[in-house]
Amino acid sequence: MALDFTKLMELIISASLINNFVFTRFLGLCIFFGVSKKMETAVGMSITFTAVMMISASLSWLIFNYVMVPLDITFLKIIVFIGVVAGFVQASDTIMRKVAPGLYYKLGIYLALISTNCIILAVPLINAGEKYSFIESLAFGLGSGLGFALALIIMASIREKLELAEVPAPFKGLPMAFIVTGLIALAFTGFSGLITL
Amino acid sequence: MSQHTATKINYLELLTNGIIKENAIFKLALSLCPAIAVTNSLRNGVLMGVAVLFVQTMVNLTISLMRNFIHPRIRLPIFMLVISGWVTVADMSMAAFAREAYKQMGLYIQLIVAFASILARAEMFASKNKITPSMFDGIGMGLGFLFALTTISFFRELLGRGALWGFPIVNTKPLLIMILPAGGFLAVGVLMALFNWIDKKYLKSKTVTH
Repeated sequence: MALDFTKLMELIISASLINNFVFTRFLGLCIFFGVSKKMETAVGMSITFTAVMMISASLSWLIFNYVMVPLDITFLKIIVFIGVVAGFVQASDTIMRKVAPGLYYKLGIYLALISTNCIILAVPLINAGEKYSFIESLAFGLGSGLGFALALIIMASIREKLELAEVPAPFKGLPMAFIVTGLIALAFTGFSGLITL
Repeated sequence: MSQHTATKINYLELLTNGIIKENAIFKLALSLCPAIAVTNSLRNGVLMGVAVLFVQTMVNLTISLMRNFIHPRIRLPIFMLVISGWVTVADMSMAAFAREAYKQMGLYIQLIVAFASILARAEMFASKNKITPSMFDGIGMGLGFLFALTTISFFRELLGRGALWGFPIVNTKPLLIMILPAGGFLAVGVLMALFNWIDKKYLKSKTVTH
């Protein structure tokens, strides 16, 4: 497998900035709006997310290419991937509680939320659809995780200020968060055309 | 809900509950990902809504049929298995019958699996109720979703392309921002605020705040 670093860098940048999961692919919105109220939770969530995303991308790549393709059962990929992700999350939850209780009390609650999240499921599905190699899948997972972290942290820092703003009554809460996200997304369209893959 | 106490089950109430009172998108703010992703044209919005309606109804039916056999401790994995089975059915039929649309939104159809609203209905309603009410609950929830997606995509295509279902309607220069990703967030934000306003002004019900 020839390692092409420019290609990998392009993949990471494109997954994190140009095709940012939140702002152009609209995935993981439930969590995005749910945990972006405070900076601390946003940071904890992004760390957990990036780690889980990379590991689940590599796990499902291995299963997809060494088990499902030879057996010709690729049509079962939705069921298998969701099983892999949920199983992995459950396992790391249990392991973390025993091995690193301190870390578990900080990040454990996010782990439980992750298991049926659409971003985590989307990464293996896209990897399988685009037929990425193992290293490329890993890079795609990393890029997507970084992009999600960036989105969460930007949003959290805005929302902490937004709490103090005077918003018209019907717009209070979620509607305003949506409008703000729209404006950020508008800024992110500026990245399109940065790299042509 | 009163279907246990009342001898006659109010099917109409079950249907409207999902459309108005507990509308997954505007009220509960669940399953938002596809609400924005596929609604840049009316046709895609409606197709996605129909796919969700199908999956929700079938999942409710299946879970309700199996509710006496499922051991409570392993119910969640079984629910997920049933949901992903029906999503695979929807995914494959979409790929066979609507190729053009599938190319644009295939990924989002597959991600119906991760919808919180479908799992929530299976857990809260279908696993405790008989088959017919469960089916009506599924249809109501699905219709509510279809209604929300249709509204969002109606405005976005009308404003962003000056067209509906691919046919040109308005002859002015369209607002390109509405079909861009950013427009989706703006449209949902404004529509949510509108629903809140109607709710406060006319229905006087308690709004869900997050």
